[in-house]
Amino acid sequence: MTIAEIVFYLLALVAIVGAIGVVTAPNIVHGAMFLILTLFCTAGFYILLSSEFLALTQVLVYAGAVAIIVLFGLMLTRSGDGLPVAGAGAQWPLAVVAAGTLMVTLLTAVLDSDWPNDAGEVTLVSINTLAGALFRDWLLPFEVVSLVLLVALVGAIVIAHQEEPEA
Amino acid sequence: METAVEQIPLESFLFVSAVLFSVGAYGVLSRRNAVQILMSVELMLNAVAVNFVAFGAYTDPELFRGLIFAIFVIIVAAAEVGLALGIILRVFRNRQTANVDEVDTLRW
Repeated sequence: MTIAEIVFYLLALVAIVGAIGVVTAPNIVHGAMFLILTLFCTAGFYILLSSEFLALTQVLVYAGAVAIIVLFGLMLTRSGDGLPVAGAGAQWPLAVVAAGTLMVTLLTAVLDSDWPNDAGEVTLVSINTLAGALFRDWLLPFEVVSLVLLVALVGAIVIAHQEEPEA
Repeated sequence: METAVEQIPLESFLFVSAVLFSVGAYGVLSRRNAVQILMSVELMLNAVAVNFVAFGAYTDPELFRGLIFAIFVIIVAAAEVGLALGIILRVFRNRQTANVDEVDTLRW
Protein backbone atom coordinates (compact mmCIF):
# COMPACT_ATOMS: atom_id res chain seq x y z
CA MET A 1 0.00 0.00 0.00
CA THR A 2 1.47 3.32 -1.00
CA ILE A 3 1.45 6.50 1.05
CA ALA A 4 -1.06 8.14 -1.29
CA GLU A 5 -3.47 5.24 -0.80
CA ILE A 6 -3.13 5.33 2.98
CA VAL A 7 -3.74 9.10 2.99
CA PHE A 8 -6.73 8.68 0.70
CA TYR A 9 -8.42 5.97 2.76
CA LEU A 10 -7.79 7.89 5.98
CA LEU A 11 -9.28 11.07 4.49
CA ALA A 12 -12.24 9.14 3.07
CA LEU A 13 -12.98 7.52 6.43
CA VAL A 14 -12.81 10.80 8.34
CA ALA A 15 -14.88 12.61 5.68
CA ILE A 16 -17.68 10.00 5.82
CA VAL A 17 -17.67 9.86 9.63
CA GLY A 18 -17.82 13.67 9.67
CA ALA A 19 -20.70 13.71 7.20
CA ILE A 20 -22.66 11.22 9.29
CA GLY A 21 -21.89 13.39 12.33
CA VAL A 22 -23.35 16.44 10.56
CA VAL A 23 -26.73 14.76 10.09
CA THR A 24 -26.88 12.84 13.39
CA ALA A 25 -25.20 14.99 16.06
CA PRO A 26 -27.71 15.82 18.82
CA ASN A 27 -26.08 19.22 19.31
CA ILE A 28 -26.13 21.39 16.18
CA VAL A 29 -22.87 23.14 17.09
CA HIS A 30 -21.18 19.73 17.16
CA GLY A 31 -22.74 19.11 13.76
CA ALA A 32 -21.14 22.32 12.49
CA MET A 33 -17.75 21.14 13.81
CA PHE A 34 -18.22 17.82 11.99
CA LEU A 35 -19.00 19.84 8.85
CA ILE A 36 -15.67 21.69 9.18
CA LEU A 37 -13.92 18.30 9.56
CA THR A 38 -15.51 16.97 6.36
CA LEU A 39 -14.66 20.16 4.46
CA PHE A 40 -11.01 19.90 5.52
CA CYS A 41 -10.91 16.28 4.31
CA THR A 42 -12.28 17.45 0.96
CA ALA A 43 -9.39 19.91 0.76
CA GLY A 44 -7.13 16.88 1.26
CA PHE A 45 -8.80 15.14 -1.70
CA TYR A 46 -8.07 18.21 -3.85
CA ILE A 47 -4.39 18.07 -2.91
CA LEU A 48 -4.32 14.36 -3.85
CA LEU A 49 -5.84 15.37 -7.20
CA SER A 50 -3.04 17.91 -7.78
CA SER A 51 -5.28 20.97 -7.34
CA GLU A 52 -3.56 22.85 -4.56
CA PHE A 53 -5.17 26.20 -5.40
CA LEU A 54 -8.61 24.65 -5.04
CA ALA A 55 -7.57 23.10 -1.72
CA LEU A 56 -6.56 26.53 -0.41
CA THR A 57 -9.82 28.05 -1.69
CA GLN A 58 -11.72 25.25 -0.02
CA VAL A 59 -10.08 25.90 3.35
CA LEU A 60 -10.53 29.68 3.07
CA VAL A 61 -14.08 29.85 1.73
CA TYR A 62 -15.70 26.65 2.97
CA ALA A 63 -13.95 25.66 6.18
CA GLY A 64 -13.47 29.34 7.04
CA ALA A 65 -16.22 31.64 5.84
CA VAL A 66 -19.12 29.23 5.30
CA ALA A 67 -18.53 27.49 8.64
CA ILE A 68 -18.45 30.85 10.44
CA ILE A 69 -21.68 31.91 8.72
CA VAL A 70 -23.34 28.66 9.80
CA LEU A 71 -22.19 29.21 13.39
CA PHE A 72 -23.53 32.79 13.25
CA GLY A 73 -26.84 31.40 11.99
CA LEU A 74 -26.98 29.02 14.98
CA MET A 75 -26.10 31.80 17.40
CA LEU A 76 -28.73 34.21 16.06
CA THR A 77 -31.60 31.71 15.88
CA ARG A 78 -31.66 30.44 19.44
CA SER A 79 -34.72 31.07 21.49
CA GLY A 80 -34.39 31.84 25.18
CA ASP A 81 -33.26 28.58 26.72
CA GLY A 82 -30.12 27.92 24.73
CA LEU A 83 -29.29 26.56 21.32
CA PRO A 84 -31.87 25.22 18.88
CA VAL A 85 -32.26 21.48 19.28
CA ALA A 86 -31.31 19.16 16.49
CA GLY A 87 -33.85 16.58 15.59
CA ALA A 88 -35.39 14.63 12.79
CA GLY A 89 -38.91 15.31 11.59
CA ALA A 90 -41.56 12.60 11.63
CA GLN A 91 -40.65 11.79 8.01
CA TRP A 92 -37.18 10.44 8.88
CA PRO A 93 -37.83 6.75 8.04
CA LEU A 94 -38.89 7.84 4.55
CA ALA A 95 -35.74 9.96 4.33
CA VAL A 96 -33.63 6.90 5.22
CA VAL A 97 -35.35 4.90 2.48
CA ALA A 98 -34.93 7.68 -0.12
CA ALA A 99 -31.30 8.42 0.72
CA GLY A 100 -30.50 4.70 0.98
CA THR A 101 -32.00 4.05 -2.44
CA LEU A 102 -30.03 6.98 -3.85
CA MET A 103 -26.80 5.66 -2.32
CA VAL A 104 -27.33 2.11 -3.60
CA THR A 105 -28.13 3.43 -7.08
CA LEU A 106 -25.09 5.72 -7.19
CA LEU A 107 -22.71 3.09 -5.81
CA THR A 108 -23.99 0.47 -8.26
CA ALA A 109 -23.49 2.92 -11.12
CA VAL A 110 -19.98 3.76 -9.92
CA LEU A 111 -18.92 0.14 -9.47
CA ASP A 112 -20.55 -1.21 -12.63
CA SER A 113 -19.17 1.32 -15.11
CA ASP A 114 -15.86 1.29 -16.90
CA TRP A 115 -14.04 4.46 -15.97
CA PRO A 116 -11.03 5.78 -17.85
CA ASN A 117 -8.09 5.15 -15.58
CA ASP A 118 -5.36 6.21 -17.93
CA ALA A 119 -4.65 9.55 -16.36
CA GLY A 120 -1.96 10.50 -18.83
CA GLU A 121 0.59 13.03 -17.72
CA VAL A 122 -0.82 14.65 -14.59
CA THR A 123 0.94 17.82 -13.64
CA LEU A 124 0.34 20.24 -10.85
CA VAL A 125 -1.82 23.05 -12.25
CA SER A 126 0.21 26.17 -11.51
CA ILE A 127 -1.54 29.32 -10.38
CA ASN A 128 -0.24 31.13 -13.48
CA THR A 129 -1.88 28.63 -15.82
CA LEU A 130 -5.07 28.65 -13.80
CA ALA A 131 -5.27 32.45 -13.76
CA GLY A 132 -4.64 32.55 -17.50
CA ALA A 133 -7.50 30.13 -18.13
CA LEU A 134 -9.83 31.83 -15.68
CA PHE A 135 -9.34 35.34 -17.05
CA ARG A 136 -9.06 34.44 -20.73
CA ASP A 137 -11.11 31.35 -21.62
CA TRP A 138 -13.58 31.62 -18.74
CA LEU A 139 -13.89 35.39 -18.49
CA LEU A 140 -17.64 35.62 -19.14
CA PRO A 141 -18.63 32.98 -16.55
CA PHE A 142 -16.24 34.65 -14.13
CA GLU A 143 -17.92 38.04 -14.58
CA VAL A 144 -21.41 36.52 -14.34
CA VAL A 145 -20.54 34.72 -11.12
CA SER A 146 -19.14 37.93 -9.62
CA LEU A 147 -22.49 39.58 -10.39
CA VAL A 148 -24.28 36.62 -8.75
CA LEU A 149 -22.17 37.06 -5.65
CA LEU A 150 -22.87 40.81 -5.53
CA VAL A 151 -26.63 40.35 -5.96
CA ALA A 152 -26.68 37.61 -3.30
CA LEU A 153 -24.81 39.89 -0.90
CA VAL A 154 -27.15 42.85 -1.46
CA GLY A 155 -30.16 40.52 -1.29
CA ALA A 156 -29.01 39.02 2.01
CA ILE A 157 -28.65 42.49 3.52
CA VAL A 158 -32.04 43.62 2.22
CA ILE A 159 -33.80 40.47 3.49
CA ALA A 160 -32.16 40.41 6.92
CA HIS A 161 -32.35 44.19 7.47
CA GLN A 162 -34.44 45.27 10.42
CA GLU A 163 -36.78 48.10 9.47
CA GLU A 164 -37.07 50.96 11.90
CA PRO A 165 -40.66 51.46 13.05
CA GLU A 166 -42.30 54.57 11.56
CA ALA A 167 -42.11 57.52 13.91
CA MET B 1 7.67 9.51 -8.93
CA GLU B 2 4.10 8.42 -9.42
CA THR B 3 1.42 10.98 -8.67
CA ALA B 4 -1.51 10.14 -6.45
CA VAL B 5 -3.80 10.04 -9.48
CA GLU B 6 -1.85 7.09 -10.89
CA GLN B 7 -2.11 5.13 -7.63
CA ILE B 8 -5.75 5.66 -6.69
CA PRO B 9 -8.45 4.56 -9.13
CA LEU B 10 -11.12 7.07 -10.15
CA GLU B 11 -13.80 4.80 -8.65
CA SER B 12 -12.48 5.47 -5.15
CA PHE B 13 -13.15 9.18 -5.44
CA LEU B 14 -16.56 8.60 -7.01
CA PHE B 15 -17.41 6.14 -4.24
CA VAL B 16 -16.62 8.59 -1.43
CA SER B 17 -18.41 11.37 -3.26
CA ALA B 18 -21.54 9.23 -3.73
CA VAL B 19 -21.61 8.36 -0.01
CA LEU B 20 -21.18 12.03 1.00
CA PHE B 21 -23.95 13.07 -1.41
CA SER B 22 -26.39 10.46 -0.05
CA VAL B 23 -25.67 11.39 3.58
CA GLY B 24 -26.29 15.04 2.66
CA ALA B 25 -29.55 14.08 0.93
CA TYR B 26 -30.66 12.23 4.07
CA GLY B 27 -29.92 15.36 6.12
CA VAL B 28 -31.90 17.61 3.77
CA LEU B 29 -34.89 15.26 3.85
CA SER B 30 -34.98 14.46 7.56
CA ARG B 31 -33.76 17.43 9.63
CA ARG B 32 -36.11 20.01 11.10
CA ASN B 33 -33.75 22.90 11.81
CA ALA B 34 -33.14 25.15 8.79
CA VAL B 35 -29.44 25.65 9.63
CA GLN B 36 -28.93 21.88 9.72
CA ILE B 37 -30.61 21.58 6.32
CA LEU B 38 -28.21 24.27 5.08
CA MET B 39 -25.23 22.27 6.38
CA SER B 40 -26.51 19.15 4.61
CA VAL B 41 -26.83 21.12 1.36
CA GLU B 42 -23.19 22.18 1.78
CA LEU B 43 -22.25 18.49 2.10
CA MET B 44 -24.03 17.69 -1.17
CA LEU B 45 -22.42 20.61 -3.05
CA ASN B 46 -19.07 19.52 -1.71
CA ALA B 47 -19.55 15.96 -2.95
CA VAL B 48 -20.40 17.30 -6.40
CA ALA B 49 -17.27 19.46 -6.44
CA VAL B 50 -15.12 16.44 -5.56
CA ASN B 51 -16.71 14.59 -8.49
CA PHE B 52 -15.92 17.45 -10.88
CA VAL B 53 -12.28 17.67 -9.80
CA ALA B 54 -11.81 13.89 -9.92
CA PHE B 55 -13.27 13.60 -13.43
CA GLY B 56 -11.21 16.60 -14.53
CA ALA B 57 -7.98 15.14 -13.18
CA TYR B 58 -8.56 11.72 -14.77
CA THR B 59 -10.03 12.67 -18.14
CA ASP B 60 -8.59 16.04 -19.18
CA PRO B 61 -5.60 17.04 -17.10
CA GLU B 62 -4.45 19.58 -19.72
CA LEU B 63 -7.59 21.74 -19.78
CA PHE B 64 -8.54 21.24 -16.09
CA ARG B 65 -12.16 22.17 -16.77
CA GLY B 66 -13.22 20.18 -13.71
CA LEU B 67 -11.12 22.43 -11.51
CA ILE B 68 -12.66 25.59 -13.00
CA PHE B 69 -16.14 24.16 -12.50
CA ALA B 70 -15.36 23.32 -8.87
CA ILE B 71 -14.26 26.93 -8.29
CA PHE B 72 -17.63 28.12 -9.59
CA VAL B 73 -19.41 25.60 -7.36
CA ILE B 74 -17.61 27.01 -4.33
CA ILE B 75 -18.51 30.60 -5.31
CA VAL B 76 -22.19 29.75 -5.81
CA ALA B 77 -22.22 27.83 -2.51
CA ALA B 78 -20.85 30.89 -0.72
CA ALA B 79 -23.54 33.11 -2.27
CA GLU B 80 -26.22 30.55 -1.39
CA VAL B 81 -25.20 30.20 2.25
CA GLY B 82 -25.15 33.99 2.78
CA LEU B 83 -28.59 34.44 1.23
CA ALA B 84 -30.01 31.43 3.10
CA LEU B 85 -28.79 32.83 6.41
CA GLY B 86 -30.57 36.12 5.65
CA ILE B 87 -33.81 34.25 4.95
CA ILE B 88 -33.46 32.09 8.09
CA LEU B 89 -32.90 35.20 10.25
CA ARG B 90 -35.97 36.83 8.70
CA VAL B 91 -38.14 33.77 9.33
CA PHE B 92 -36.82 33.51 12.88
CA ARG B 93 -37.63 37.16 13.60
CA ASN B 94 -41.17 36.81 12.29
CA ARG B 95 -42.02 33.41 13.78
CA GLN B 96 -39.51 32.80 16.62
CA THR B 97 -38.52 29.44 15.17
CA ALA B 98 -35.95 28.09 12.75
CA ASN B 99 -37.73 24.76 12.31
CA VAL B 100 -38.99 24.35 8.77
CA ASP B 101 -42.03 22.25 9.76
CA GLU B 102 -43.37 25.06 11.95
CA VAL B 103 -43.33 27.53 9.05
CA ASP B 104 -46.49 26.18 7.44
CA THR B 105 -48.77 29.18 6.79
CA LEU B 106 -49.00 28.35 3.11
CA ARG B 107 -49.73 24.68 3.77
CA TRP B 108 -53.18 23.54 2.84
